[in-house]
Amino acid sequence: MSIIVFSENRIGKIKKQSLEAVAYATYISKNNSKPVIAISVGNVNNDELAVLAKYGASKIISITDSNWQNHDSQAYTKLIAEIVEKESADTIIFSHSNMGKAIAPRLSVRLKAGLASNVLALPLSYSPYVFKRKSYNGNAFQQMKIKSQKCVITINPNSCDLVESPVSVNITDFTPTTVANAATKVENIDLITGKILLTEASVVVSGGRGLKSSDNWKPLEELAEVLGAGLACSRPVSDEGWRSHEEHVGQTGKIIAPDLYFAVGISGAIQHIGGISGSKVIVAINKDKDAPIFSYANYGILGDAFDVLPKLIESVKKFKSA
Amino acid sequence: MKILVCMGNVPDTTTKIKFDSEMKKLDTNGIQWVINPWDELALTRALEIKEQSGGKIEKVSVINIGKADAEPTIRKALAIGADDAYRVDAEPSDSYYIAAQIAEVAKKENFDIIMCGIESSDFNDAAVGSMLAEFLDYPSVSAVSSFEFNDGNVKLKRDIDGGKETIVISTPFVAIVQKGICINPRIPAMRGIMMARTKPITVSAPVETDSLIETTIFELPASKAACKMVDAEDTDKLIELLHGEAKVL
Ligand SMILES: Cc1cc2nc3c(=O)[nH]c(=O)nc-3n(C[C@H](O)[C@H](O)[C@H](O)COP(=O)(O)OP(=O)(O)OC[C@H]3O[C@@H](n4cnc5c(N)ncnc54)[C@H](O)[C@@H]3O)c2cc1C
Ligand SMILES: Nc1ncnc2c1ncn2[C@@H]1O[C@H](COP(=O)(O)O)[C@@H](O)[C@H]1O
Repeated sequence: MSIIVFSENRIGKIKKQSLEAVAYATYISKNNSKPVIAISVGNVNNDELAVLAKYGASKIISITDSNWQNHDSQAYTKLIAEIVEKESADTIIFSHSNMGKAIAPRLSVRLKAGLASNVLALPLSYSPYVFKRKSYNGNAFQQMKIKSQKCVITINPNSCDLVESPVSVNITDFTPTTVANAATKVENIDLITGKILLTEASVVVSGGRGLKSSDNWKPLEELAEVLGAGLACSRPVSDEGWRSHEEHVGQTGKIIAPDLYFAVGISGAIQHIGGISGSKVIVAINKDKDAPIFSYANYGILGDAFDVLPKLIESVKKFKSA
Repeated sequence: MKILVCMGNVPDTTTKIKFDSEMKKLDTNGIQWVINPWDELALTRALEIKEQSGGKIEKVSVINIGKADAEPTIRKALAIGADDAYRVDAEPSDSYYIAAQIAEVAKKENFDIIMCGIESSDFNDAAVGSMLAEFLDYPSVSAVSSFEFNDGNVKLKRDIDGGKETIVISTPFVAIVQKGICINPRIPAMRGIMMARTKPITVSAPVETDSLIETTIFELPASKAACKMVDAEDTDKLIELLHGEAKVL
């Protein structure tokens, strides 16, 4: 038996979330001695693939055939099922990313393997598996037992420490017998480049309606810049068109789990919290002492954002140069 | 052509979540039930597409897997504008079960386009749509943020982490939709509410399926220590705490 991890890449670079998924698999492997095998689809060179071995993947199955470049969930599911069979895998791990969410449930049906999605922590038990997962938008956690022989899981960002456990690796270029035969034709790909991806950022700076208008985002952008942070916003801010929809976090936007989240001029509505409650540490800056955000935050500053931000930027600069 | 919108019946998003004394089941006392927010957007977009299709799309149906207490939510979907509804009379216990039940109805009725929301706000599984597509052996496109239907040709945009892809696809397929698909969800108008009373809801019994998972228990988040307040003048102190105490910088 083996553990399979589906590794994702972006322009040839393996995503941080996929490294976490491999680290997660390696924890399981330490418990049940099953080898960790990673699958990579796309144009990723061997040096980059070797990074997966740093986190414990001893075998990497790489599909670089250009027919497989575009993601089609139906075809990818068949491809992964073929490898699961070949490698007699019983645990298949995905990131809880757009791609993971698109493929893992299909694979669960194809393999009759119980699905635990939105997993937040290492397994609570291994035989049978019991996983702790998010439910009710983070207002509760569910413990889920897997009753089937095989299982498929999707893990949330930041649910596993990126601990290195290097192994020697065997990278094979694989030609599947499954045909790509994509029913979906990708006409155009529009990548956001140069920016820190919100879903990958370990620090996120986020602004709400309290900042009053799009013209007032300069200090927030500067704070993000000095911290090397991603930028986010509350829903009304993107609805008003002050910021791009890409930045909207919350129950109806992106769901993120950075180490550190700054909520500036955000009241802390429950639907907003639904998207950020996985953050390790929340800092609130708000001028209303009764704002609900303070009951979710670990640290708070009561004050006017336009006074606090310039000072905070200076403090960060001082800290970074020290 | 026919569109099916899969619709979850979920607690209003401001509900304070509580469980029974064994922490096994949601305490439903006093809960307001609503259409899962994404599914409301899916329904709105489906109706817009139908109206613009010049008759190409004959009807928009909704389906819910749930007990009779879900009917007010189903009526609301009919009042918003769905033409008819299906309900499989069963406890919606898990995604695999729900998807298997929807697949049975979808196979019989031959829908061309099936729309699901990306995630239910109770189970947070992000699974039913893709599972359904696999049961039906249909292609599926997830994280759809734009849905255009021109003369029978479908063009979708999907979010990939850090960008967007434009996709063309032919029917039948499953679209799993999210933010962006339409601007605002439609709300029922008086006329719609009146008309909804006479629209048909077809109720059927569930089929047997495998049971692959089991909820052992729910937990509530640990109550958090009080927020540590830092003086607005002393931002150095905040950085020191984030570095030294919280260890996140
Ligand atoms: C179904 C549904 C889904 C939703 N999904 C989302 C979602 O995904 N994400 C989301 O964010 N919202 C969502 N909402 C909206 C949510 O309910 C709130 O309306 C929204 O989060 C409020 O945004 P805000 O905190 O930016 O604005 P407000 O609630 O207006 O808060 C502004 C805050 O800024 C503070 N402030 C004002 N001026 C200053 C200043 N100079 N300095 C410091 N602080 C200042 C105020 O004290 C206040 O606390 C959803 C709502 C519904 C019904
Ligand atoms: N009980 C249900 N009946 C019909 N459709 C459902 C039901 N539960 C979930 N769905 C659909 O599946 C989507 C995703 O739900 P989930 O997989 O639970 O996150 C929802 O947005 C709905 O479109």
